[in-house]
Amino acid sequence: MLKLKFILPFIIFSLLVVLLFVGLSNDPRKVPSPLVGKPTPGFELPQLKDPSKSFNPDMLKGKVWLLNIWASWCSGCRVEHPILNELAKRKMLTMVGFNYKDTNDDATKWLAQFGNPYDVVATDQDGSVGFDYGVYGVPETFFIDKKGIIRYKHIGPVSYKDLTEKLIPLIKQLKAET
Amino acid sequence: MIPEFGQFALVVGLVCAFLQTTVPLVGAYKNIPAWISVARPAAQAQFLSLAVSFACLVYVFIQNDFSVLYAAQNSNTKLPLEFRISAVWGAHEGSLLLWALVLALWTYAVTIFSKKIPDVMIARVLAVMGFISIGFMLFILVTSNPFTRIFPAPLEGRDLNPLLQDFGLIIHPPMLYMGYVGLSVAFAFAIAAMLAGRLDAAWARWSRPWTSIAWVFLTLGIALGSWWAYYELGWGGWWFWDPVENASFMPWLVATALMHSLAVTEKRGCFKAWTVLLAVFAFSLSLLGTFLVRSGVLTSVHSFASDPERGLFILIFLIIVVGGSLILYAWRAPAIKSTSKFKFFSKENALLMNNILLIVAAASILLGTLYPLVIDALGVGKISVGPPYFNSVFVPIMVPLIVLMGVGVLIRWKEDNFQRIQKHVFKYVVISLALGVLSAWFMPHLTIGAVIGVTVAWWVVLSMSFNFMQRFKNRELSISALQKTPRSYYGMHIAHIGIAVFTVGVTLTSIYSTEKDVMLTPGQSYSMAGYEFKFAGAKRIVGPNYQGERGKVIVTQDDQVIAVMEPEKRIYTVQRSPMTEAAIDAGLTRDLFVAMGEPRGTEGGWALRLYHKPYIRWIWLGCIIMGIGGLLAATDKRYSKAK
Amino acid sequence: MRSFITLLFLSLVQINFVLAQVEFRTFKNTEQERQYNVLIDELRCLVCQNQNLKDSNSDLAKDMRNKVFSMLSDGKNKDDIVEHMVARYGDFVLYKPPFKSITLLLWIGPLLFFVIAFVSVVRIVKSRNQDEVTTKLSEAEHQRAEALLNPSDKNKDKTA
Repeated sequence: MLKLKFILPFIIFSLLVVLLFVGLSNDPRKVPSPLVGKPTPGFELPQLKDPSKSFNPDMLKGKVWLLNIWASWCSGCRVEHPILNELAKRKMLTMVGFNYKDTNDDATKWLAQFGNPYDVVATDQDGSVGFDYGVYGVPETFFIDKKGIIRYKHIGPVSYKDLTEKLIPLIKQLKAET
Repeated sequence: MIPEFGQFALVVGLVCAFLQTTVPLVGAYKNIPAWISVARPAAQAQFLSLAVSFACLVYVFIQNDFSVLYAAQNSNTKLPLEFRISAVWGAHEGSLLLWALVLALWTYAVTIFSKKIPDVMIARVLAVMGFISIGFMLFILVTSNPFTRIFPAPLEGRDLNPLLQDFGLIIHPPMLYMGYVGLSVAFAFAIAAMLAGRLDAAWARWSRPWTSIAWVFLTLGIALGSWWAYYELGWGGWWFWDPVENASFMPWLVATALMHSLAVTEKRGCFKAWTVLLAVFAFSLSLLGTFLVRSGVLTSVHSFASDPERGLFILIFLIIVVGGSLILYAWRAPAIKSTSKFKFFSKENALLMNNILLIVAAASILLGTLYPLVIDALGVGKISVGPPYFNSVFVPIMVPLIVLMGVGVLIRWKEDNFQRIQKHVFKYVVISLALGVLSAWFMPHLTIGAVIGVTVAWWVVLSMSFNFMQRFKNRELSISALQKTPRSYYGMHIAHIGIAVFTVGVTLTSIYSTEKDVMLTPGQSYSMAGYEFKFAGAKRIVGPNYQGERGKVIVTQDDQVIAVMEPEKRIYTVQRSPMTEAAIDAGLTRDLFVAMGEPRGTEGGWALRLYHKPYIRWIWLGCIIMGIGGLLAATDKRYSKAK
Repeated sequence: MRSFITLLFLSLVQINFVLAQVEFRTFKNTEQERQYNVLIDELRCLVCQNQNLKDSNSDLAKDMRNKVFSMLSDGKNKDDIVEHMVARYGDFVLYKPPFKSITLLLWIGPLLFFVIAFVSVVRIVKSRNQDEVTTKLSEAEHQRAEALLNPSDKNKDKTA
């Protein structure tokens, strides 16, 4: 009675359903970065506090650090900022802010108002360096290890849950490496 | 009051659907005539309730009652009346109510146009449709209620997306839904037949007109969508293989296969199991489409809602309806016996090949649409599958199909031999090829693609014409003979010629369209495709809910003024989004298209986009012709005469 | 006549919405322009709801189009530019899926479907016709069957 060709449509449908079910919990808009596992793209950008000085990722070789892409016009950045401030208090790693497509004035005012967790802020006013990092939406946060390799990209605002469950363990792991 | 009444009417409709499903189904199983006869009145009451419910929602929009959240999100007092009404189905909740209403409408139609069909059969058909109605109405009431109030009520609504403030919104969704939902009738007939264990020529004959009419609506609905996108989105494209578009095209392909399969089952008594499966697939794809558009599983410009919770509800419903049907199929299909055989070279086999190609096409589109999901689910990365893939896969399937179309019509049922039609086939192939090369010769440059496309189109036209005339081979071609010819005979030939027209449009416009972004100051002109586009400056304008600039472009050909085109650039006051409005000069052999970009320089210059799209109207003209053919076939008198 | 046809095609609505951005660029030659148009057609805008670079008016799309244009002007070819984009954004940015191990099934799929469908259907039809062959009667057997079925009607077996 259960000849294969008659039960086959049902089997195929079942597989489809499983796929769709899994699909429901995925976010089709999150694009993973191809830069994970690769060295940080090099650049030289002026610092926010003192534009005559520049920041270069090579300056942080040997240290674990994060690169947080943010802008004063970005609402998600405001949401995640308290979390970053919290992380800064713990002094676990160097935090580099990457001010993306913004003006120095607006950026400085924003940090004055919402707090400055960054050890240094690089400014990318036309977004050309951001392009090399595959930035497609703000905020985004990269985690870089002591060898200068990008180990993880967090897309979207960092929540407290993300911080405690994923990011802090990651930072500890990266720091433990030689 | 009215919103609450609308919601109440919806609940009443749900109760009616429940009665429509359960009572007749049990009655059919136990053979209780009184219970069987509940089906029709319950279905009619359901339709009435839904009509009332929908009318209430329309009233809410007309009256600008922004205490209803859905209206506040999608309408505005300054919105012109016709768009206030069409805004009712402009977003998720309202469009679902439209879905339910259209389903109730089809259900009602089944109660009316089924007097010759045994009550037991109709009871089961209505019960199946009722089950689907229950699913949708529950979905609306539980997750997507358009009547939800908001407190305090805002004074002004958020306005309808300017892109949707267009004639297209008024007709495209209703037409498309009539098609999508209409496939539920063929589905219900298939399920009813499987439940009854009765799958014969009569069942096929009952199903055919319903399937054809749904197919006509779906054809026109998709064509309308394509036409709307063309003038709306501004870059001359008419099909983007977007997941939502694919979601409507797949049921169309399967419905086309279904129509042909039903014809064979009715005429020859074979293909029964395949026909049933196709009927299930066609509607399943409609439901899948509903899932894809509203669950957020795929990104699309057309998606209504990105809500995984709602998606889960639809998925569960899909599992019950489709899974249940396929289990029923696995159980009942082995017992289905075909009553005739056919040889390799026969019309049956040609139609079988036709269906294989159509199903492979639908499956390939499904594969491409869902593949990114597969890759993501497996965690191996993220890819995109777009037009380059679909075009390279779809065209090689379609070309043989269209060729086969011309051949299949000439082959006899059951058994035939190629020698019989050999000389006609060769003759028409040669003529088609000659015409194809000749037509491509007149185009700006000769390409293989154009030759192939036009040749196969001519092949279909010649083959169809020849076949049509075969009927009058032994009788005289008189007015009375033409009048006596059944409608379905006309319909079949006309519909296939429609495909030929469509093919010409697609081929020529894809290959020979020209497009250019230019910068012109007032008085400057640009030459393209034999036309001269002269820019005559721009001036400020103010509209009901927008303000902007209107440009003037004078188009001449050989110093004759062909058209004066006035594209606009608008900023909508509420949503503050800038919209560019193209000016189109439509024609049977070409469209000219001008869109405004940005002002440039200090002399009143503007960046403009110019298009020349040859034969693009043939695409939609072909669809209209297909629709006419389908309508003729569906309204053939023998469906109302026979039992 | 033209206006009648215009009416017929419901294209009275001459002023129609359009979303795409019009950008005026000067290309070095038509080949570059052609390549530009192909690239912005096949590259995806990451922040949009399924739009290519050509259609999209988002900032990112603008940046990407500018990048494509400048790279073409610098003399890079299509493959270089595609590689550049993929290195930063991944395969997601391509509307034409690359030929990789994970996309093998995607590209071979349609052909596979056709072969499977064709072969299975041919088998089913053949097996059906086989039944007929084995149940065909010979002429003598046929006449005997007729005689048995219609014992009293001697005229009938002429039409066998």
